[in-house]
Amino acid sequence: MRELTFMEAIREALREELKRDEKVYLLGEDIGKFGGCFGVTKGLWEEFGSERVMDTPISEAAIVGTSVGAAIMGWRPVPEVMFADFLTVCFDQLYNQAPKLKYMSNGEMKIPLTIRTACGAGIRAGAQHSQSPEALCVHCPGLKVVYPGTAYDAYGLLKAAIRDDDPVIVFEHKLLYFISGKEQLPDDEFTIPLGKANVKREGKDVTVVAYGLMLSRALGAAEKLQGDGISVEVVDPRTLSPLDKETIINSLKKTHRAVIVHEAPKTGGYGGELAAILAEEAFDYLDAPIGRVAAPDTPIPFSPPMEDFYLPNEERIVQGVRKVLGT
Amino acid sequence: MSAQEKELTNEQLLEMYRKMLLVRTFEEKCAAEFAKGVMPGFVHLSVGQEAIAVGTVYGLRKDDFISATHRGHGCLIVKGMPMRKMFAEMLGRKTGACGGKGCSFHMGNLSLGIYEINGILGSSTPIATGSALAMKKAGTEQVHLAYFGDGQSNLGSIHEGMNFAAIHKLPIVYICENNLYGISMRQTDATAIEDIADRATAYGFPGVAVDGNDVIAVYEVSQEAVKRARKGNGPTLIECKTYRWRGHFEGDPTVYRSEKEVEEWKKKCPIKRLKERLMGLGILTEEMSDRIIKEVEQEVEEAYQQAWNDPMPAPEDALILGFAR
Repeated sequence: MRELTFMEAIREALREELKRDEKVYLLGEDIGKFGGCFGVTKGLWEEFGSERVMDTPISEAAIVGTSVGAAIMGWRPVPEVMFADFLTVCFDQLYNQAPKLKYMSNGEMKIPLTIRTACGAGIRAGAQHSQSPEALCVHCPGLKVVYPGTAYDAYGLLKAAIRDDDPVIVFEHKLLYFISGKEQLPDDEFTIPLGKANVKREGKDVTVVAYGLMLSRALGAAEKLQGDGISVEVVDPRTLSPLDKETIINSLKKTHRAVIVHEAPKTGGYGGELAAILAEEAFDYLDAPIGRVAAPDTPIPFSPPMEDFYLPNEERIVQGVRKVLGT
Repeated sequence: MSAQEKELTNEQLLEMYRKMLLVRTFEEKCAAEFAKGVMPGFVHLSVGQEAIAVGTVYGLRKDDFISATHRGHGCLIVKGMPMRKMFAEMLGRKTGACGGKGCSFHMGNLSLGIYEINGILGSSTPIATGSALAMKKAGTEQVHLAYFGDGQSNLGSIHEGMNFAAIHKLPIVYICENNLYGISMRQTDATAIEDIADRATAYGFPGVAVDGNDVIAVYEVSQEAVKRARKGNGPTLIECKTYRWRGHFEGDPTVYRSEKEVEEWKKKCPIKRLKERLMGLGILTEEMSDRIIKEVEQEVEEAYQQAWNDPMPAPEDALILGFAR
């Protein structure tokens, strides 16, 4: 076994994929000698050189746009968009180009592209460096969306994404880079198939669906509720698109209650889609309205007391669970 | 006679003449069928701009690539795209260049070195630049020709693509087809500079403005840029000055320009110009020209009829290549 943090697991996945396939290359702002804004790519430039680990200008449309072009030619670029907030400045490549070209070309063009981006609040970075825009991406057919919450999942899903022939965006919660403890990962390499959810904790009274940073908070809330005799099952979809509906619905069939947790604002968030799926496909199993715990519909504030208030925490998840249980 | 004409054989010059006619005839057929109401969607024609398609694409290697603009039928035809597949796509047929999933301005074919045409202005520039990066990595001495219009030239993604290509000396040639109008806006109202080619200076590679209605001149600067790119010396920006005779799209009332202006430009017809030049050189006669026109018309008509008789896709074919979830 090897002991790795969230960040180290991502770095190892990148290193192994660079070694495995010469068509894989990384590019992005300050990912080379500097090792990445958060340090994720530290050491890779030294190991693989500047053609495999390319520093780029501050130029997101070129970072993702050239990646689309090289992917069409059979390469497997792994661009990094430093903050997920910056996806908007290359949104055309993300939304109109990468996910649509295969369909528009009647299957002739393949886009084996993996965009990595650091998302999420909690580091006092303000409204334009803290967002979690996964719902924008999920709304785009042709784009696969991965949002891991553990080092193990980040490693396995990133490797699977790089080997996938379709464009994938991987959201890496930047707080997890710094606060995640060491996890045990097998020494032998492995991948986790895209589109497979994972039951992180078994329970019988209520299903909590959570991903990214919210996974650890949901698990914390489940622990607290356990003390009060409430048994919570925590399901992590891990891949938001395509979604493993079956695992989530099977959990609901067992618990008959569901709470969805995400850190993005509630309105138009991914929780709405999940709730709609449960209502459409598993209505008869529901004993209570579906609950949602999400951020308020405001931009993300900077000041610590306000940001901490903004971001869903264990207590809010506990309250959300109690609400659907009526306790 | 220029040095380049000496390099081109008589046969090649005649072939270029024929290709220009082929593009013109194809597009006039499009206009006629669109006017009948049998061709759905949006059709952007390049009538009057044929010298650019022929001058830049003619002389490319088969494994070189192009990213044409939404007004790109000409470039596709010269690069070898079968007209039947193009007509079929434009008629929404299953046999179309994109199986009916694209449209006039999404057609392409990778095996012929044709990237799918992009419908988002400016966005094909960084994509083509990435293709050139792939070519450099692979060391294949291929070249990518990336087209855009004067209207697109003000988009940020063009700047990002060109800057990226410059720092890596990528094998790419940027071709600005300046037909004076971005839909209704005159280029001189959209940019404060006369020559868009001047912008190349800002990236540190050569920029050349050329008479876009002179196919030999276009061929000459294009070939020089292609050779430069192939040798690993980096990009060039070529601005071809031209004029679109028809509207931005078929059905455009073109209220933004005068008939007189259009008539003046029609006098500078690139096909007529080449014809006179070839006749002056004694390569072409009126009789030969008539014969070529007849052959070309027949070729276009046959392609259209075949496409017309091709089947429509089944409605649920829309889901093929969709994204299961």
